[in-house]
Amino acid sequence: MATNDSTTNAKRIQVRRYKPEEHPEKHYLNEEKGLWAWLTTVDHKKIGLMYLGSIAFFFFIGGVLALLLRTELLTPARSFMDADVYNQVFTLHGAIMIFFFLIPAGPAVLGNFILPLQLGAKDVAFPRLNLASYYIYVIGAIFTLVAIFTGGVDTGWTFYTPYSATTGGNVMAMTIGVFILGFSSILTGLNFIVTIHKMRAPGITWNKLPLNLWALYATSLIQILATPVLAITVLLLTMERALGIGIFDPALGGDPVLYQHFFWFYSHPAVYIMIVPGFGIISEVISTFSRKIIFGYWAIALSSLAIAFIGFLVWGHHMFTAGQSSLANMVFSFLTFLVGIPTGIKIFNWLATMYRGSIDMKTPMVYAMVFLFLFTIGGFTGIMLGALSVDIHLHDTYYVVAHFHYVMMGGMVMAFLAGLHYWWPKMFGKMYSELWAKVSCALLFVGFNMTFLPQFVMGAQGMPRRYFNYIDQFQSFHQFSTIGAYVMGVAFLLMAGYMLHSLIKGKPAGSNPWGSRALEWQTSSPPELHNFHHTPVVINGPYDYHKPMSEFQLGIVSSHNGHHAEETVSVPKSEKEQA
Amino acid sequence: MLPPAKSTTAEATDALFHFINVTSVILLIGITIAILYFSWKFRRRSDDDVTPVIAHNSKLEITWSVIPLILVMIVFGWGFSGYLNLTTAPDDAYEIRVVGKSWLWEFHYETGHVSIGELHVPANRPVKLIMSSDDVLHSFYIPDYRVKMDVLPNRYTSLWFEATEVGESVIFCTEYCGTAHSNMLATAYVHTLEDFETWLETAGSADDDMDPVELGEQLVTRNACATCHSSDGSRLQGPSFQGLWQSERTMEDGEVVIADENYIRESILDPNARITQGYQPIMPTYAGSINDRQIDAIIEYIKTLQ
Repeated sequence: MATNDSTTNAKRIQVRRYKPEEHPEKHYLNEEKGLWAWLTTVDHKKIGLMYLGSIAFFFFIGGVLALLLRTELLTPARSFMDADVYNQVFTLHGAIMIFFFLIPAGPAVLGNFILPLQLGAKDVAFPRLNLASYYIYVIGAIFTLVAIFTGGVDTGWTFYTPYSATTGGNVMAMTIGVFILGFSSILTGLNFIVTIHKMRAPGITWNKLPLNLWALYATSLIQILATPVLAITVLLLTMERALGIGIFDPALGGDPVLYQHFFWFYSHPAVYIMIVPGFGIISEVISTFSRKIIFGYWAIALSSLAIAFIGFLVWGHHMFTAGQSSLANMVFSFLTFLVGIPTGIKIFNWLATMYRGSIDMKTPMVYAMVFLFLFTIGGFTGIMLGALSVDIHLHDTYYVVAHFHYVMMGGMVMAFLAGLHYWWPKMFGKMYSELWAKVSCALLFVGFNMTFLPQFVMGAQGMPRRYFNYIDQFQSFHQFSTIGAYVMGVAFLLMAGYMLHSLIKGKPAGSNPWGSRALEWQTSSPPELHNFHHTPVVINGPYDYHKPMSEFQLGIVSSHNGHHAEETVSVPKSEKEQA
Repeated sequence: MLPPAKSTTAEATDALFHFINVTSVILLIGITIAILYFSWKFRRRSDDDVTPVIAHNSKLEITWSVIPLILVMIVFGWGFSGYLNLTTAPDDAYEIRVVGKSWLWEFHYETGHVSIGELHVPANRPVKLIMSSDDVLHSFYIPDYRVKMDVLPNRYTSLWFEATEVGESVIFCTEYCGTAHSNMLATAYVHTLEDFETWLETAGSADDDMDPVELGEQLVTRNACATCHSSDGSRLQGPSFQGLWQSERTMEDGEVVIADENYIRESILDPNARITQGYQPIMPTYAGSINDRQIDAIIEYIKTLQ
């Protein structure tokens, strides 16, 4: 076993190989039973699953709202709902999908479940705080549901002033809900940063950190730094509505453009909170199913941090027509193009990883390929919208709607589904039907493009967004788009069907069905309550497929657990030990 | 993909649009072919496949960083120079004041004439619109001219264009502004210079020899009353005109009034003084936008809708 001899920064550890148990009788799902045990659990895996249930619920609600919108748009003017209802429905579709699905989908669901496993840790650094952030999410969600049932909200998910300061409905319950929700996001980010710094298993140095964790690390930084600005913004908005303090409403001496700066200072970085965890998932999936070392490890890791950093400096590109100065527009346009470069680099690195790999087109890999295709379209259309003169024409049209959905749904949702299918056997120890999974994926791909490709054309022709009524020339595009949305609806129902079926009748998955080298696959499926029976020791990178599996299953031998050391390895000392 | 280009700046914008589109499609095809080819060529043959260790390649990585960087810098410069043209109105531009209200567009000309829902401009002459809002944010957008600018309540914004051909183009509001946002449309009418001047001179008196009922019907459409008030009894944002005349109206504060001439006049000039029960105080005032004779005509028209 090739390891460096001990230097001053290394220590020697007695290790042996621990083969994961293939079909464990006791695991985290059955060790503590009952509703109360779930509701009070501090286990990161269970909290991740509770988040999964919650976001699945909100995704269902948001999806039904989307289908209602698309159905209404089959004909111009009124098909079956009034303009006011339509305006509430599109507001809720946006707000629910963004704040209650997309933002928690990456970090809170998959991050929570996988992060400690990939670190070889027993849990996150602050397990109780982790549970608290789940309940904060629930409280925020309750406020939102209250807002829906007590007058509704019709401001759009952006809550632009002065409209949001003057319109009827229960805007305050909604903004308070978003305010509370922000704390959930901040605490998750904080927890992850501390966990990554402090709880890595022996041998996991920064250059052996899985790319998924680099992505979550970058995401956590954005969550901590940007979310407070959203909190401030919605709090000021609430004060303006409740107390009449003039901050954004010109009638009270405020400035509506200031609101847009505040709002996008959070909400642009927020799209990176949504998408960067997706990049991490895709890196894991492509390497595993190509059975090959990732190409450009540092380029991918650092580009996540670069995106997180530059992402803070581009918010003004949402405001090219809002009345900010030409100079500001120029600077924001320039920086917007810069953020495209690290994103492009990732795409090329993933392709290069596939080159000369041993590619197995299992469902997660198919989703990763769908991601590559759709997200690339999302990226190119982003370049289109970053170009100042073209954006003047396309701003606030369906082109933007289509671009956003290609990035968020074609990007993040596909990456999330790749991750969900990838880690599903780890979560539940069961395998879903590969055939139905691929059928559903194909339907989703077709339905998605049917829905959103026509919207690029409509938008380029001038169809404005958030329109209840439209001129006749756009009708055929709208109808095509609506049929596509129905196809996607069928695909998601199918997915819910085979996923739930797999929980009851799925074949046992085994500890490592994909032959991955990553640490989370070196324990049983489902893992035991504390993840590993032993303290894992890592001597190789997470993508070193050229090294034998046995080198990835090492753990510390301690004198009292009755095992005999097979060999000794040296690993770099942690920062604490060095100090 | 784009609507017809009917302004002097539209073609430059379109050229960049097509450049980005074509470049993107070429790159997308390349990436897609790579995905499909790799997936087939390097498919798993056996579970014991051994893959090579290719961790990085500096030349390749620099290439695929620098080429996109050059491409996006071209797009940036091109887009910015086009934008400068779009924001710098020629000095001799003909100025028109635009006011956005929920949910109509009002155009004020140098003669003092005001048109609602109709923007009249001369062809082949730069026109500069100086815009403001009476209430919430709106955004003024003419797809055929590739121009758009938000309209704000606390400041003036402007945009300019030079229409190249006589005809009509649709105007949209593109900043969400509530219930009838999608009905906040207007039409740009482009005339030859002589026709425009004739229109401007006679616009105020063009309706003089029209029958009052007929004129009223036209005014209801032209002034965007029909956005919120139907003529067939159906409920929109405001009460229908049908059956309105001489009916007993219950107000929000419980007061009961008869819909007579004075009631209708007040509702047009000071719409939020009395609000019919079940409706919102959302109508903008028409004071200063229409004259007494036009109000008479609208009343005559409403009388016919029994």
